[in-house]
Amino acid sequence: MAAHLSYGRVNLNILREAARKELREFLDKCAGSKAIVWDEYLTGPFGLIAQYSLLKEHEVEKMFTLKSGRLPSADVKNIIFFVRPRLELMDIIAENVFRCHHSSRDFHILFVPRRSMLCEQRLKEQGVLGSFINIDEYILDLIPYDGDLLSMEYESAFRECYLENDQTSLYHTAKGLMTLQALYGTIPQIYGKGDCARHVANMMLRMKREFAGTQNQILPVFDTLLLLDRNVDLLTPLATQLTYEGLIDEIYGINNGYVKLPPEKFAQKKQGEASKDLPTEPKKLQLNSAEELYAEIRDKNFNAVGAALSKKAKIISAAFEERHNAKTVGEIKQFVSQLPHMQAARSSLANHTSIAELIKDITTSEAFFDNLTVEQEFMTGVDTDKVNTYIEDCIAQKDPLIKILRLVCMQSVCNNGLKQKVLDYYKREILQTYGYEHILTLNNLEKGGLLKPQTSSRNNYPTIRKTLKLWMEDANEQNPNDISYVYSGYAPLSIRLTQVLARPGWRSIEEVLKMLPGPHFEERQQLPSGLHKKRQQGENRTTLVFFLGGVTYAEIAALRFLSQMEDSGMEYIIATTKLVNGTTWIKSLMDRIPPSCF
Amino acid sequence: MTKSKADEEDYWNSSKFKAFTFDDEDDELIRLKESRQAVNSIQRLVEEDDDEDDVEKVSWSGEPVGSISWSVKETAASNQRTDREPAFPKIPTDTPSLSKSQSGYSLSSLFKGETALSDSSIRLYAPELRKPKSEYKDYVSDWSPEETIQRLQQGKTAPLEKFRSLQDKLLLLDFAVSAHDGNVITAVLIYLKRTLSKEVLFRELESRQTALRHFIHYLTETKDQRLLLELLRALGRTEDVALLQYKEHLSIADENKRRDFLKSCLSLPFSAEDSAHVQDHYTLLERQIIIERGGKVEIFQKFPRRASILNMPLITTLYYCCFYHYSEPEGTYSSPLNIRQAFKISEKQYFVTALAARAKLKAWLDVDALFTSRNWLGFTRKKSPLSFQRVVDVLQKNSAPTQVLQDYVGLVEDPDMRISLAQKHKCHDIVINTYRDMKDRQQLLGYRGKVGRGSAEERKIDELLNNQQIRWKN
Repeated sequence: MAAHLSYGRVNLNILREAARKELREFLDKCAGSKAIVWDEYLTGPFGLIAQYSLLKEHEVEKMFTLKSGRLPSADVKNIIFFVRPRLELMDIIAENVFRCHHSSRDFHILFVPRRSMLCEQRLKEQGVLGSFINIDEYILDLIPYDGDLLSMEYESAFRECYLENDQTSLYHTAKGLMTLQALYGTIPQIYGKGDCARHVANMMLRMKREFAGTQNQILPVFDTLLLLDRNVDLLTPLATQLTYEGLIDEIYGINNGYVKLPPEKFAQKKQGEASKDLPTEPKKLQLNSAEELYAEIRDKNFNAVGAALSKKAKIISAAFEERHNAKTVGEIKQFVSQLPHMQAARSSLANHTSIAELIKDITTSEAFFDNLTVEQEFMTGVDTDKVNTYIEDCIAQKDPLIKILRLVCMQSVCNNGLKQKVLDYYKREILQTYGYEHILTLNNLEKGGLLKPQTSSRNNYPTIRKTLKLWMEDANEQNPNDISYVYSGYAPLSIRLTQVLARPGWRSIEEVLKMLPGPHFEERQQLPSGLHKKRQQGENRTTLVFFLGGVTYAEIAALRFLSQMEDSGMEYIIATTKLVNGTTWIKSLMDRIPPSCF
Repeated sequence: MTKSKADEEDYWNSSKFKAFTFDDEDDELIRLKESRQAVNSIQRLVEEDDDEDDVEKVSWSGEPVGSISWSVKETAASNQRTDREPAFPKIPTDTPSLSKSQSGYSLSSLFKGETALSDSSIRLYAPELRKPKSEYKDYVSDWSPEETIQRLQQGKTAPLEKFRSLQDKLLLLDFAVSAHDGNVITAVLIYLKRTLSKEVLFRELESRQTALRHFIHYLTETKDQRLLLELLRALGRTEDVALLQYKEHLSIADENKRRDFLKSCLSLPFSAEDSAHVQDHYTLLERQIIIERGGKVEIFQKFPRRASILNMPLITTLYYCCFYHYSEPEGTYSSPLNIRQAFKISEKQYFVTALAARAKLKAWLDVDALFTSRNWLGFTRKKSPLSFQRVVDVLQKNSAPTQVLQDYVGLVEDPDMRISLAQKHKCHDIVINTYRDMKDRQQLLGYRGKVGRGSAEERKIDELLNNQQIRWKN
């Protein structure tokens, strides 16, 4: 079921199994039949851990989504609320409990990922705290997302850390890393860059001291941990990702490993059947490396996807043609036994051909091209100090605000801040066109460092770009030889830092590191003697790269590319607070504005 | 601000930013087509036993049957339709064997208590089933501040009430902070908030930044706006105070109350630039309330509005006024020119907005007038702060007829761009004249095939082709 988690360098299924075990244990604490009331947000992340079958085995008979009003009727002994520790949810729970007249019911709450005094206090104020038999927490910090990918699915982490200076997410991160070390051994080397990275490392070291009594006897799986603050590299998430998976995320949004797509392209027309009832519900697909074809193409530049699909099509067609050659009963049997696998491949090919067609309609549009051109101008440092005509035109056409903000922020980052006059002009145009209430959003972007006035006349972005080779003139999209293929020319800064750390080491780029925000550091954790790895000749080292504040699919693709390079000698496992793209990231920084009535 | 024409052209021709265009567009397209054909042909082949269930069953919405979110919907639905069997299709159940993973611990067992690993079995089977009813009773135990924090961290109860002196309370807070557990910090803060005076609490928090951040978060979460504002003020974070207060306008529905509230915001300590924006915000709403009441009836009858103008952005308001109040004298609040003045709208923005609004109404004379300027000799000529290419774009989006379009297509300076626009919008005259000016006989000959046979255009092309005076370049 989750076999793809164990194929990688590090068997992440161990983590998943541990999480499942804990879930079972909790369910068994509530003896008898149960109904679960879900905070809807949690069903996605939980889906990565368990399926309904597991819950059913433990007498979960009904499941509802948490809504205000009365609970739907269910003939069960226990009602369990699975919720995030949010105050507004507590009010709903209180209402549910209040309006429930079965006296024989047992109520429970399972907080994910942590209990919260605040919430318990709110329940107490509402007068229902006493109704709960059991209040517990389900620590789900790092969720295995794929064979080499862990995510906390903590959407507001960047906002909390950099805007509100709230370090709760960092505490969870440190806890999550402790869990990981408990399962996969102490990580001997820790590197980091950025204030949050420093903070997490400090907490980890501290927590380790607190557990000093128990020595971890597991042979370390990870050689190195690299902690990276998102604000060290604000540029990368703003750029449009150009890998297949990245574009799916940019255009349709991938949520907890699922994507919803317009259904038209997926309607299967059968012969003689009129296409009268086209489905109207979006088509939902799961995307992970369990699907062979997807694993093959997800990290390619989109321009190389067509060729890969057509190659695959030929192979599959040929396999189906084989049936003509099957003459003997044995051969036919053989063919039939392979049919399920072939059909899976066929349906996978059909899906991805459809997706590629959908994406191609967009990437070949003029609007997409114009936008990309401006992004690439900024990244190469062309005219970043002037008001950009394209942005101006987009505002005049009232293009989506997030698109505008992405571009303006990108210009600001690539110019180490905008000239006051330019910044004022953009702000004015934006407020006039999209509404003055966006003062709040613009202020947030400034606090987060994405948008700022130039303070010194020195723009050090060009130096950073040149030293780290962030722009590669002729990126090879088909047969890449450098990570810059993921953005068709731009090599993500975060990944360059990772690459340089592996070889030749950060000492070679001290100057640039000083230009980027926050401290950089190195820590060592003592291993008990006997746990020092004896490395085989030519054996790769493993680094866990943790992105604090989010990571994009294109960055992940770049790290996978580095893992696969023959001479890199390093394999990467990726962890993050949340998978993001420019749109979801900016959205998380906007102030919630009630939908206008237009 | 605009790139000069030459620059722009140069840019488009020499641009190195060709990345991510399809170098060989057709080739790429063919490849996708190949794959599409293959998919289709195989589909025919396997049609009879065609179903998506290779590995796991998938409901139409794509959710694998048996996934949690699917089941939430399904169990809820079956709840209503009791006659229906709550059919949970068999799925390859993952047998709960842990042997493969060799992971015997659950996550929490790793951390609850210091000797988690050694006595995990006891921990697991003697879980902390708390009975909240008894929880809040006073305890007689005598724990130190440090022990108290440790207990809280482990999810156990520990009474805070016995810490009465300020010194003890602060000790408690400092231990909580150094434990880095936000939940525990908050718990202590709630106790401190209840038992300390604001002045003392604020003063002590100022030197404890972590605790302070948690306190701010706590007040934000509990929507204790009043205390939060007081705190920020005490800390001298005046801009934050102003923004926070300003933000409240979003929750005021009544427009008059909202306007009055915005007015009260004007005196808040915003940064200079924000202060100007807030002033504009107030002025705009004030105006919108007036505009909302006015206007001639006829035009509203002819073009009923889709929504009220209240709380719309400035440019939307300008568009609205260009639409419904275009010819009003400049002295009125709803006159577009007045709005442009009052809010210092850039020439370009004003122009695009007025153009779009008048084009929407098909008021072509107004459109024409927008561009007309007289030079000092009294000749009229067409000028625009926008490129004429953009003008054509706006007009075309508002379905302007060809006669109108061609006036503006003809003004596009770059000949190639002009021809491609003219071809797109079927402005034959412009295409023909441009080829003539370029002395491009071949192109003209080619274009002859694209106009109607026996049409006026065809005759014009023939005349030109037969004209001996023209020195064709090819």
